[in-house]
Amino acid sequence: MAQRVTVTKTCKLYIGGALARSESGRTVRVTDHQGEFMANAALASRKDGRDAVVAARKGQVAWASATPYNRGQVMYRMAEMMEGRRAELVQALRDLSGLSVARASREVDLAVDSLVHHAGWTDKLATVMGSVNAVSSPFFSYSAPEPTGVVVAAAPAEHALLGLVSALAPVVAGGNAVVLVTRAEAACVAAVLAEILATSDLPAGVVNLLTGHAAEVLPHLAAHGDVNGLDLTGVDAGLRAELGRVAAGTVKRVHVPRRPFDPEAAPGTTRLRAFLETKTVWHPTGAPSLAGGSSY
Amino acid sequence: MIHLDYAAAPEAASLGRVRERYQMFLGGEFVDGHGPDLVSVNPSDETTLSTVSSASAEDVNTAVRLARTAYEDVWSRLSGLERGKYLFRIARGIAERSRELAVLESLDNGKPIKETRDFDVPAAAQYFFSYAGWADKLQHLGYGPSPSALGVAGQVIPWNFPLLMAAWKIAPALAAGNTVVIKPAETTSLSILVLAEIMADAGLPAGVVNVLPGAGDIGAALVGHPGIDKVAFTGSTAVGKRIQTELAGTGRRLTLELGGKGANIVFDDAAVDQAVEGVVNGIFFNQGQVCCAGSRLLVQESVAEELLDRLRARVATLRVGHALDKNTDVGAVNSRAQLDKITALTQSGVDEGAQRWVSPCPLPETGLYVAPTILTDASPSMRVSREEIFGPVLTTLTFRTPEEAIAKANNTPYGLSAGVWTDKGSRAMAVAGALRAGVVWNNTFNRFDPAAAFGGYGESGFGREGGPYGLAAYLDTDDEGVL
Repeated sequence: MAQRVTVTKTCKLYIGGALARSESGRTVRVTDHQGEFMANAALASRKDGRDAVVAARKGQVAWASATPYNRGQVMYRMAEMMEGRRAELVQALRDLSGLSVARASREVDLAVDSLVHHAGWTDKLATVMGSVNAVSSPFFSYSAPEPTGVVVAAAPAEHALLGLVSALAPVVAGGNAVVLVTRAEAACVAAVLAEILATSDLPAGVVNLLTGHAAEVLPHLAAHGDVNGLDLTGVDAGLRAELGRVAAGTVKRVHVPRRPFDPEAAPGTTRLRAFLETKTVWHPTGAPSLAGGSSY
Repeated sequence: MIHLDYAAAPEAASLGRVRERYQMFLGGEFVDGHGPDLVSVNPSDETTLSTVSSASAEDVNTAVRLARTAYEDVWSRLSGLERGKYLFRIARGIAERSRELAVLESLDNGKPIKETRDFDVPAAAQYFFSYAGWADKLQHLGYGPSPSALGVAGQVIPWNFPLLMAAWKIAPALAAGNTVVIKPAETTSLSILVLAEIMADAGLPAGVVNVLPGAGDIGAALVGHPGIDKVAFTGSTAVGKRIQTELAGTGRRLTLELGGKGANIVFDDAAVDQAVEGVVNGIFFNQGQVCCAGSRLLVQESVAEELLDRLRARVATLRVGHALDKNTDVGAVNSRAQLDKITALTQSGVDEGAQRWVSPCPLPETGLYVAPTILTDASPSMRVSREEIFGPVLTTLTFRTPEEAIAKANNTPYGLSAGVWTDKGSRAMAVAGALRAGVVWNNTFNRFDPAAAFGGYGESGFGREGGPYGLAAYLDTDDEGVL
C-alpha cells in the first residue's frame, strides 16, 4: 500500500477572531529545528497591524463590559482548551526548537497554569488594587482599576508558547485587548494557540496574533493613536528605546521588564498593573435628612 | 432693589513676610545659585515682589550628588517610623506658619486669599500629615514585605498650586524613602522656599530635599540627569511628551500629571442651583488654572437655556480682584504670558464661531485679570473645545441622551477629570463608570484628599498621586518572582 500523504496546516494570522492570511499576501518559509520545511506562514504587514488594532478596540469594548466572573470563566476555558491540545503543543514546540518531551511538556504546564492563575484575578482586581478612600469630607470616594484599553505586545523569542501566554494573560485579565506580535519562525506554535483562543468563548478581537517582524510592525503600532499601551518584554533592547520614544507621542503606557523573563518565576502583579488605570469616583453622602442643607 | 457694595477687605501683605531676595535650598543650606536671578511679580498689580536666586546646570549636578549622598548615608538608613516623624513635623510646621504661607502664596501666584487660606495651605499640611503615617506601613501596600525606595527623585512642579504641588511631590517621595531634588515653576518659587525653611527647622537631614528655582532649562537638566532614579512631572502635555521621549530606554521611572479638558455633565434632573455652583467652582476656582478644571460644560438640551441663564447670572456676581482681598472670588492669572495665551485661545473660539459672553464685573485697573468668560455653542472640533485654555473660560455644548453626553465627554485625548450632575444615583454611577477620566465627581467638583488617588487617563499622563497609589510611584513595585 502506498504511503499516505499527510495533510499539513496553513499557519495564518489571528485577527478579530478569524484565522486569516496576511492582506499583503506575504508568507515566510518556516522550517523545523533540523531545517525541514514545515509551512509557509503568513507574514504580517503594517496594514494587518492596523486591522488588528481596529478589531482589538471592538473586542476590548465587549470584553470590558463582560462581568468579571464571565471574564474569569472565559480565561479558565482558555486553560481547558490548552490542556486538551497538549499533545499538539508539545509536538509544535519540539518541532520548532528540538526540545525534549519533558521540557516541552513543562512549557505547556506553565502556560496552562498562567491562564488559570490569571483567570482567578478578574474578579479580585478591584479588591486587591482598589480602595475606599477615607476622605475628610462628606463623600463616598472609591478608587478602582479599569482596563487601559488596547495593548500591543511582543512575545519573547525564546519560550515560543509561554512567551505568548505570559504576555496575553495579564493584559486580558485586566479587561484589555491585545495585539501580540510573535516571530514568524514560531508561527506553527502561534497557530495552535490561535485555534485554542478561537474555541474559548473569547469575544472576537480580544486577542490578536500576528506572526511577523517586530522591527517592521511595532514602530507603526507604537505610534498608533488608538493603541493605549505597549509591552516591550519581547523586544530587543535596541528597539525598546526607539519604540518608547515613538509611544511618548501619545503618552502610551509602556512596560519594560526590569529582569530577564523567567518562566518559572512567580508571575507577580507588575504586568497586570502595567495596563490598569485607577479611577477615583466621589459621591456626596450628606446626611439622611437634608434639613441642614446639602453638603455642597 | 437694594444695592450693597462690598467694602475692601484686604489681608495685610506684611503677613507674608516677603523678603527682598530668596536663595535656593541645597544640601540643607540656603545658598546663591549660579543661574540668573528670577524676578517674582505680584500678578495682582504687576509690581515686583522679590528676586530669587536660580540654579545653573552645574547646581543641578551638585544637588543630585548631595541628594544621593543623603539617600545613601542618612535617609535610607532611617526606619520608616523615624522618616515619618520628620514628615509629621513638617505638617505641623506648615500649619503653624499657615497664615504667612497663605498671604505669600496669594502675593506670588495671584490666587485669592480665601483659596490659599482655606485650601492650598491646609491641604499641603494634610498631605504631609497623611503620608507621614504611611512611612512605616509600606509593607501593607501589597508589594511584598519591604518594598524598597527608588533612590533620588527629580521633580518638576507647576505654578498653579505652588505649595500644594510641592507637598504632593515631596511627601510621598520622602515617605517611601527617597530623597528629592525639586524645581518649582519659574514664576512661583517663594512658598516652596518657605517650605524649605520649615523642613530645615524640622531638622530634616541635609540634602534629603533640595529646592532649585529656575526656568525650563533647569527642569530639563534635572529630568534628563543620569544621576536620578525617578522623574515626577506635573505640567503641560507637550512638555510631558518631551520628558517621556527623553527617558525612553533609560530605565528611569516616570510619572506624569499633565493637562486636561474636563467635562462637566449636567442632566435635566440635576438640582439646578447646586449644578450652577458646581460648574462655577469647576471652571473659576483658581482662575481656571487647574489641570482638572471642568472646562467643558455639557448640558442636557431640555434644561440648557434655564441653566445657562442662571449660570450667567451667578457668574456675573463673581468678584474679580486683588488676591489679598478676602472678598475676591477670582484673582489674577499668574503671568502676562498666561494672560496672552488665554486671550488668544479665547479669540480663536470666537473666530471659529462660538458665542462669547463676558462677565460685566469690574476689573482692577492694573494687574493680570481675565473676566470670567463663557463660550456657548463651542463645537467639539474647535480649538477651545480641544485644547486646554488654563484660564477662567468655559465652553458649553448641549446633548440629548446620556450616551451622547458620554461620547462627547470622552471625545478628547485627555482624561483627567469629569463631573456628573443628576438627581439619580444609579445614573451618576453608571455615567461615572463610562467616563474615561481618572477622577469623576458626582454632584460635586474639585474635591481632593490625600487618601484619594488623583491622575489621568490617556494624554493626561500616568501614575497617581494620593493614597497608597501615590507611594507606588516612588517604590520598586516590581514583584515578579516575589509574589
